[in-house]
Amino acid sequence: MGNLPIIFKRELLSYFATPLAYIFIVIFLISNGIFTFDLGGFYARGQADLLPFFSFHPWLYLFMIPAIAMTLWADERKTGTIELLLTLPVRLADAVLGKFLAAWALIGIALLLTFPIWLTVNYLGDPDNGVIFAAYLGSWFMAGGFLSIGSCMSACTKNSVIAFILTVSICFVFVIMGSPILLNAFPAWIPQFFVDAFSAMGFLTHFDSIAKGVLDIRDFLFFSVFIAAWLLASAVVIEMKKAN
Amino acid sequence: MIEITNLTKNFDQFTAIDDLTFTVKEGEVLGFLGPNGAGKSTTMKLITGFLSASHGTVRIDGFDISENPIEAKSLMGYLPEGAPSYGDMTTLEFLNFVAQVRGFRGEEINQRVQHVLDEVELNSVSQQTIETLSKGFKRRVGLAQAIMHDPKVLILDEPTDGLDPNQKHHVRELIKNLARDKIVIISTHILEEVTAVCSRAIIIAQGRIVADGTPAELESRSKYHQAVSVRLSENYDLAADLAGLSEVSEVEKDGEDEMVFRILASDGKSIFSQVSEIAQDKHWPVTEFHVSRGQLEDVFRTVTQQTQGAQ
Repeated sequence: MGNLPIIFKRELLSYFATPLAYIFIVIFLISNGIFTFDLGGFYARGQADLLPFFSFHPWLYLFMIPAIAMTLWADERKTGTIELLLTLPVRLADAVLGKFLAAWALIGIALLLTFPIWLTVNYLGDPDNGVIFAAYLGSWFMAGGFLSIGSCMSACTKNSVIAFILTVSICFVFVIMGSPILLNAFPAWIPQFFVDAFSAMGFLTHFDSIAKGVLDIRDFLFFSVFIAAWLLASAVVIEMKKAN
Repeated sequence: MIEITNLTKNFDQFTAIDDLTFTVKEGEVLGFLGPNGAGKSTTMKLITGFLSASHGTVRIDGFDISENPIEAKSLMGYLPEGAPSYGDMTTLEFLNFVAQVRGFRGEEINQRVQHVLDEVELNSVSQQTIETLSKGFKRRVGLAQAIMHDPKVLILDEPTDGLDPNQKHHVRELIKNLARDKIVIISTHILEEVTAVCSRAIIIAQGRIVADGTPAELESRSKYHQAVSVRLSENYDLAADLAGLSEVSEVEKDGEDEMVFRILASDGKSIFSQVSEIAQDKHWPVTEFHVSRGQLEDVFRTVTQQTQGAQ
């Protein structure tokens, strides 16, 4: 085990050394409240579950996670600290993973702090807590998917605003890939397996079933492989781009 | 020992480093000189393994930087150009982080960090975030992290850039003290620094080595080597008196001061005694009289411009 835990700790603490972590958590919690109770019609539905809460997560993540991810590597390159980091006896894999895990942990903390909603639904009714737990886990894995794209985009540029815009755009594509509106737009001559494969890459395809309580290990596997692939791409991009 | 063999780095069509080969031994302080854009920083990035070479190898104590990067990097301390560090951390937090990455654990961390804080005099700012520090302090933080693990090889890219004269002196003393059983490579464009701390200097231009030797050897290549500099109190025709002396090649008037003349020696021969004899015989109206060792600056300009001319 190399320097991964040390890098992880440094990164996570640095989020809390600046107002970034606090602002992120507060905005995340407020947005979740608004989405769930106002737009989601939490009370009006009259059902003891957290479906309105979770179903907004892909759209919330679409903007909030690129904001966390954009600085991951872009700032290292801009300030030159990447040269310091990568000339220390640190494996690139440890650096990529350590940074990713730190940001993922921050999102995890924000997600955990939504627990009052869980308490509320338990107070009001008798929900299936197993389903809710799985949905939390699924949401966190999906967040990891967004974040891994952000890690790669952040490695592509020194400019964190560009990284933000690229990440939002690519995440948006992955979010809507599984949506029926898009799938119905495919002309009939395109083979079905292609449409299926396309849809299978979509975040919503996997997350919707998790959020509804269909706990399929394949959905988690999808996000795990997805994250691994984008992190690998991040490492390749860093290796290629670090010179300029 | 650092062995650099046929090191080449291409960026697209542009060759930044062109077939460098040299070795540096323990105890040597190597000054790496060259005009801006000559490839000094690129060479350092290749040696420290930040960039990978297009051709050629870098070996640190036998460890190839591309095959055994972790082992090779563990032997090196590196101050990158501009001394980058994590601005939102305090000096102490940052140095603690570096100590941990360098493999120190437990009480060792505090000992090492305290040691480097003392060594580069950073105690007064240990609780401040790095982004609030002055340029000089930031540079010292960079130096502190580079010497954290008492490395065998120390690579410093412009270590005294942005420091005031006292700090420069301090850093040079530090480098001299460190250098005894180590290899130190510093890049600089301050030539006096080379004379002050380096035991060897390499001048590169356009990615190639154009001069390699001790500072004294390089100085002796200057046309001012062994030249006698004379300041007169009134006008006098020196050249006429010196005409018979075959060792004197030329008498040159100083560009800035009308009354200062330089008597250049041919082939670097010592002409001091002959010239001083003549000066006494002929009663030159002399107010200053000294021998120049040669000017590194002059050599630097000559060798780097030759390569440019050749292109």
